[in-house]
Amino acid sequence: MRLSDRARDLPESGIRKFFELAEARDDVISLGVGEPDFSAPWAARTAAIDSLERGKTSYTSNRGMAALRERIAAHHERYDQPYDPTDEVLVTTGASEAVDLALRALVDPGDTVAVHEPTYISYGPGIELAGGERLTVPTLAADDFVLTREQLEASGAADADLLVLCYPNNPTGATMSDEAFAEVAAFCRDNDLRVIADEIYAALTYGTDHASIATQPGMRERTVVINGFSKAYAMTGLRLGYALGPTDAIDAMNRIHQYTMLSAPTTPQYAAIEALDSCDDEVAEMVGEYNRRRRLVVSRFNEMGLDTFEPGGAFYAFPNCGGDDEAFAEELLEAQGVAVVPGSVFGAGGEGHLRVSYATSMRELKEATDRIATFVADRE
Amino acid sequence: MDAEREVLDVLARNAREDIDDIAAQTGLDADAVAEAIATLEANHVVHGYQAVVDWDRVDEGKIRAVAEINVELDRETGYDQVADRIAKFPAVDALHLVSGDYDFAVEVLGETMQDVSRFISEQVAPMPEVTQTVTHYIMETYKDGGVRFEDGDDDDRLSVSP
Ligand SMILES: Cc1ncc(COP(=O)(O)O)c(C=O)c1O
Repeated sequence: MRLSDRARDLPESGIRKFFELAEARDDVISLGVGEPDFSAPWAARTAAIDSLERGKTSYTSNRGMAALRERIAAHHERYDQPYDPTDEVLVTTGASEAVDLALRALVDPGDTVAVHEPTYISYGPGIELAGGERLTVPTLAADDFVLTREQLEASGAADADLLVLCYPNNPTGATMSDEAFAEVAAFCRDNDLRVIADEIYAALTYGTDHASIATQPGMRERTVVINGFSKAYAMTGLRLGYALGPTDAIDAMNRIHQYTMLSAPTTPQYAAIEALDSCDDEVAEMVGEYNRRRRLVVSRFNEMGLDTFEPGGAFYAFPNCGGDDEAFAEELLEAQGVAVVPGSVFGAGGEGHLRVSYATSMRELKEATDRIATFVADRE
Repeated sequence: MDAEREVLDVLARNAREDIDDIAAQTGLDADAVAEAIATLEANHVVHGYQAVVDWDRVDEGKIRAVAEINVELDRETGYDQVADRIAKFPAVDALHLVSGDYDFAVEVLGETMQDVSRFISEQVAPMPEVTQTVTHYIMETYKDGGVRFEDGDDDDRLSVSP
C-alpha cells in the first residue's frame, strides 16, 4: 500500500534494536525496562474489577469522569498546582496521548519546538507529526543534566515557540529545583515561549519535593502540565494520564481528543479514583524501595569506576561508560547477559552514558551490577 | 528518617542483607549501620532473624494451629502472668493478647495434629485461669511474614522499553 510521506519518514526508535537483541536471549537480566516492576495497588485493581462487575463499560465524558478530575485537581495541591477540575483538567489515554494533544494544540506548521536532550524519545516524533521543527538543547553531564539558561541561549532557543520539559527526567533521573526552574522560566517569559512540562515522574523523587515550572511567576498561563498514573501507581498497562493547563489550551486539546479518542478508557478511571483516594501509603512504600535501590545502584556503579551522578527522581541512573555507549551496551549484553539502554538513543548529550533502570528487584540489581563489574574489569 | 529506622526498613524486608549492602541502600556508612543494628538489638527492637518458611513444602513439615484462649483473672494474676506461663512452652510460636471475643491468640507449632491437640488439652486447658480454648488447625498458608507463598510471578514486561 502507498504510505504517507509522514509515516515513511518516521524513524524506528533506537530502543527497538536493543529490545530485539535482548529478546533474542532468554538468560537476560534487564535493566532496560522503563516501567515499574510493581503491580498497581490492589485497592485500585479491585475498584476496576468492581466497576466491570457493575457493568460500567460505557464512554465517560470527553474530559474524563468528573469525580476523577476533582481528585486529580485536589491531588495537585500538594505540588502547589491549583487547577479547576471543570475546565482545566483533561483525562487522556496515557500521558502519551496528552503529549500528542498538547503538541497538536500548540504547534503550527513551521513552529520551532525546543527540546532538551537526552530525554524521553516520543517528543521528537510528536513534534514532527504536529508539523513543528525540533530544536535540540543539549543538557550536560557537568550540570547533572539540569537545563540551564546558558544552554537554551547557546542553542538558539530564544527564537523557539515552545519548550518541552521532562523533569524528573527519563533517561537521566535528573530533577530540577525551584531555583533552576526560575532561570528557565525567566528565559521563557523573556522570549515568549510556551511550555509542555511532562511531569509523569513527579511522585518519584528522593529526598526533595517535586518542583514544577508551572509554579513559577507568570508560567501557569503559558504551561501545559502532563502527568499520569503509569509510573506513580504502576498502572502502565491501564493507559491513563492527564493534562493540566489554562482553559484555552485544555479546551483546544479536548476538541482534538473528542474526535480522536472520544474519552479515555473507563475501567482505569475507576482504578485511578481509588488510587488517589487510598493509595498514598503504597506509593510511599514503592518510593522507599526505589530509593534504596537507587542508592545501591549509584554506589555500585561509582565503585566499579563508571562515574554516576546522584539522580533525584524517576527510576533511572545514568552512568558514564567512558566511550561508545552502543558498543558497550551490545558487548555487555553479549558477554554478561545484562541489558541496558545506550544513552545516545535519547538524543544529544546521551552519548557515552547508559540508561540503567532500577525498576527491578534488589536481588536482580545486585546480580546485574556484579556482572557489569566483571564486564568492566575484563575490558580493562 | 533516622538511621535506625532506615536500617530496620531494610532488615524487615530481608534480614540477610549484609552490612555493606545496607550501607549502600541507606546512604549510611558501614560503621553507622553496624551501630544501628547493635542499638536495635540492645533495645530489643530486633529480637531475632528468621527465615519465612512455607512448611507445607518441607517433607515432614510442621502442623500449625491458632488457638483462641479465654482466661479469668483474679487479684493476684494478670494477663502478663498468664502470658508468661503460656509463652514458656516451646510449642508456642507466637502469642498475642487480642481484643474481641477471646483473650489470647496462640500460634502453636507441632510435628503432628496429635501433638498440637495434646499440648492444648494437657498443658494449656488445665491452667487454672483458662476457661475455654478453641483450636483452629491451619490448612493452607497463602501469605506469612508479609510474603505471598507462590511459585514466583513471571515478569511479563517487555525486556527493553522507553
Ligand atoms: C517521560 C515519560 N513521559 C511519558 C511516558 C508515557 O506514559 P504513559 O504510560 O502515561 O503514556 C513515559 C513512559 O515511559 C515517560 O517516561
